[in-house]
Amino acid sequence: MDWTALFLSLQLGALTVLFLLPLGVIAGRALAYRDFLGKGLAEALVALPLVLPPTVVGYYLLVLFGAASPIGRTWQALYGQPLVFSFEGLLLASLLFNLPFAVLPMQRGFEAIPRELRDAAACCGMSPWRVLRRVELPLAWPGILTASVLTFAHTLGEFGVVLMVGGNIPGETETIAISIYDRVQAFDAASAGKMSALLLFLSVVTIAVTFALSRRIGRKSS
Amino acid sequence: MTGLNVDLRQDAPIPLDARFACAPGEVLALVGPSGGGKSTILRIIAGLYRPRAGRVSVDDEIWLDSAKGIAVAPHRRAAGIVFQSYALFPHMSAIGNISAALENLPSLKRRQRAEELLRLVNLGGLGDRRPSELSGGQQQRVAVARALAREPRVLLLDEPFSAVDRRTRERLYRELAIMRRRLSMPVVLVTHDLTEALMLADSLCLLHRGRTLQHGRPLDVMQRPATVEAARLVGQRNVFTGTVVKQDSDSGHTIIDWSGHRIEAASAPRFRTGDAVAWLVPQSKVLLHRRDRPSRGTKENPVSGVISEHVLLGDITVSVLEVEGRDDLAITFQVPAHVADRNRLGAGEHASVSLLAQAIHLMPVPDEPESIERL
Repeated sequence: MDWTALFLSLQLGALTVLFLLPLGVIAGRALAYRDFLGKGLAEALVALPLVLPPTVVGYYLLVLFGAASPIGRTWQALYGQPLVFSFEGLLLASLLFNLPFAVLPMQRGFEAIPRELRDAAACCGMSPWRVLRRVELPLAWPGILTASVLTFAHTLGEFGVVLMVGGNIPGETETIAISIYDRVQAFDAASAGKMSALLLFLSVVTIAVTFALSRRIGRKSS
Repeated sequence: MTGLNVDLRQDAPIPLDARFACAPGEVLALVGPSGGGKSTILRIIAGLYRPRAGRVSVDDEIWLDSAKGIAVAPHRRAAGIVFQSYALFPHMSAIGNISAALENLPSLKRRQRAEELLRLVNLGGLGDRRPSELSGGQQQRVAVARALAREPRVLLLDEPFSAVDRRTRERLYRELAIMRRRLSMPVVLVTHDLTEALMLADSLCLLHRGRTLQHGRPLDVMQRPATVEAARLVGQRNVFTGTVVKQDSDSGHTIIDWSGHRIEAASAPRFRTGDAVAWLVPQSKVLLHRRDRPSRGTKENPVSGVISEHVLLGDITVSVLEVEGRDDLAITFQVPAHVADRNRLGAGEHASVSLLAQAIHLMPVPDEPESIERL
């Protein structure tokens, strides 16, 4: 059992969820309620990682973060180390390829709130910020929960992008998915089996908890 | 001027050309067909929709003045609104919904005030229930309590009775009629139901395609519409054209010629002899002559003909009388079913009626004469 890889994966998943939650709320809400120039393009860009092969996403991120790109060069100048093949680079890639898993469920969650409810909240004297806290977030909660779970689970399982951007550096970029692949390559079926079983168990528990929670919330609000 | 003053103009996307005022304590009904812009006007007053040009003020407060670039945000306008769907927050209890509009108060006072309001709408003891655990009528009452919680400067009601059954609706009418005596702010009620407006409102503003056609006392607007278009909207079916023959100052009548019939109408001095006019007689002011016992009243604008249509609707009948020799002139009238029976009213039967002169109302002929034909 590769505990380092497991811990790294959990850490990557948690940080991705942490960063994407506020971002997803802002983007999902804007896509749900606002009309702006280029909205169609924005929606398409958010959904792109869903249809692109992970290796293609990984390739472009590798180019984007590489030493030849402005981002890569700036990073190198600021922190004295390359962005690619580092945990930070992996996290940044994870934020980008998880965008659709975070934004789309939240967008649906916000869209599901009838407009009259938001109007009624404003007419109750609530400021837009208060409306968000008291009405929109509690009602969009199932969408936000789904987004968090999907993002976390998807981060644990992502393979192609991680391999392209992060490489396979134990303790730095080697996630559990990659470690399993590594074990299989080394004919260590026992370790690969244990880690796969653990991932399976974690996934089942997460999904079950999510379903149970959203059912409870659904019962409360209907 | 005190109370609510509204003046709106816009060509697109929803055409608007509306102006009206509503005094403190007055209930104004905005009436018109669906899609006529009634709810949009309510949303503009609440600040939920911004028109291209317009002005909305309440007492000395200006909420919207497009010429001066003023548009107060909805949460800063003290406008209480009851939506057609009630729009209660499903994740909060009844008390929670009302308290949501009281967040300016300290929490202890908030709960107290919310409970007071709940008792005001006769829902004491149901405060902990969620909207899904309340009936339609109870939900409407919570919505009213929530709208009143902020002590609004204006109360806006958007078809608040359309989602409940008839019995509940009648009870809610009574409750609103009682409660309105305590309300000191202007109340705007949007409805497409004229009877509702007649029962609950002090004044009625008739709205069509975003344009205010007429504003006045509900009964006046309904029985004396200013134009043929307004007459059509308030459901007047007996609208015809004629020519003024004489202004008879002795009898206090305006005499018109209606395709060869001499009709005495309520005095309408603004029309001159020879003017073409449109005229109407409300269905309730068409009196059937009794077959067995002709009375003195039969001399008042008598019209006879053949019944071309006779429909029983519960305990009343609606009949259409085709004027003798003129199949293009038809008068619709209603009588109780037993009266219809006694007088052997039925399709194909001869009948005569009187059109009550004082109820005959004259209007200018519209620019498009076919609008009369459509009636």
